[in-house]
Amino acid sequence: MSGATKINVRVSEIVPLNELVTRFKFERTDGGQLPTFSGGAHTVVEMKDEDRTRLNPYSLMSDPADRSAYTISVRRDDEGRGGSLFLHQKVKVGDEMVLSNPVNLFSLDLRAKKHLMIAGGIGITPFLAQIKQLDRNHGNWELHYAARSEDLASYARELKSEHPNDVHVYYDVKGEAINLQHLLDGQPLGTHIYICGPKGMINWVRGTAKELGWPREAVHYEEFLAPKPGKPFEVKLAVSNKVIEVSENESLLEAIERAGVDAPYLCRGGACGQCETDVLECDGKIVHRDHWLDPEEHASNKKIMPCVSRFTGKMLVLDR
Amino acid sequence: MAHMSKFEFPPSIKSRPIWGCLEARAGKHHLMIADGEGADAILNIAAPDLMAKSHVIYIPQGTDCAARLHALKPAQFYKGPSYLASLQRIRRVLQNSHMGLQVYLAGTEGLMGQAMQEAVTAGIPHTAIQTEHRGSVARRMQCVHCKGITEGVEIDPFVCSHCGLNLFVRDHYSRRLAAYQGVCVDAEDPGNLPEQKGIYE
Repeated sequence: MSGATKINVRVSEIVPLNELVTRFKFERTDGGQLPTFSGGAHTVVEMKDEDRTRLNPYSLMSDPADRSAYTISVRRDDEGRGGSLFLHQKVKVGDEMVLSNPVNLFSLDLRAKKHLMIAGGIGITPFLAQIKQLDRNHGNWELHYAARSEDLASYARELKSEHPNDVHVYYDVKGEAINLQHLLDGQPLGTHIYICGPKGMINWVRGTAKELGWPREAVHYEEFLAPKPGKPFEVKLAVSNKVIEVSENESLLEAIERAGVDAPYLCRGGACGQCETDVLECDGKIVHRDHWLDPEEHASNKKIMPCVSRFTGKMLVLDR
Repeated sequence: MAHMSKFEFPPSIKSRPIWGCLEARAGKHHLMIADGEGADAILNIAAPDLMAKSHVIYIPQGTDCAARLHALKPAQFYKGPSYLASLQRIRRVLQNSHMGLQVYLAGTEGLMGQAMQEAVTAGIPHTAIQTEHRGSVARRMQCVHCKGITEGVEIDPFVCSHCGLNLFVRDHYSRRLAAYQGVCVDAEDPGNLPEQKGIYE
């Protein structure tokens, strides 16, 4: 079976935080302890929605040292493929679900002398766990958190009251914005930047840091791409000798799994590289949506990341 | 051979550092540390606007390059008699620096290795530090038996300047120590030594 080891859990608490975000707490069904994790890790939540199974990654936001429960905060995406709507509308306290063991693709670089965190909107979640981890080790950190409004800024009030000097919140509706140039200029040697938020924010921070001469190795970011819907297409799986149909609201990876073919994955968001698959024949255009393959690999049409990428054209044959 | 200005190191094991070629990078502050013929690598990238933001720390090692470096009008220029003599200054500069500082190291492996160790300790990822080898190919060696460091080793095997063992010059490098490892070559049969030769002969 692909992906990280599975854990059977029960939903023990559901707390709506605001109009868009709800928090879910999970405890093991056997009453045992959950594995520890490191701040920035995510879990893949298995959602059985009638005849289809969704596997969506969510950052763990609870204290990494608390092994009694995991918590995630989920932003409702009305335009998405339905994972967040399923959690918001169909999951109830007491429901049994399946999570994956934590996987961390956004870990702290503990060699850093200072951790400078930049969050946009729901991108705050991995930082909540990282802050708890750093506080336990007396780490040096600072958080800059941009949100649309006070009402939608999940956890801003708690963070601000617990860490009044280290947390800075910016509200779009008030016309506030991070003065990035000023923030990055003058940070002590050994500072590392962590960014989690929308693509535009990630590009803005990475670009500005580069211009100011920050080393690439000191700039970390996490952007999960939710697989976007698209036109249905057909794919031939050469090894398993199957032809499968990928429907509009399903990812290629999900369609492969639905056909009973075991395919590797970890993040399911185009970031980790685990599901990289060789393309044997391609008569058409691969719609690459990952940020794992480099531009040359995208242009070559020889590789595809089935968790987020799609295809349009006559024929696509995969080595799977 | 030992003083050829640009030496092509033979391919080796993964542990062996691969030195690069300096290029001017974006940034508000630049720290350039060089010894001997390393001055030439700085002269190669020395545009006036870059030098106006640069602090140059230079150990001439008997060369006459210091005047040419000084003539580039760096923001700050220091000429020291040895690496050790310049170390306090290097540490002070790094301590007061901010992210965005660009570090350029040029010259012998011993200088680059040790200065890199300081920059890494100060918080710069080692892969973000630029280097260019120039001048002597002599090595800074650590005796793996007594842990003593012998500087400027040009022949293999050599005698440890601390414990006196006959040491074989390995390509196995320690970034933490900024030294190659020297291992006793005649432990089984004391006195039975391979013929001494230049490291790259």
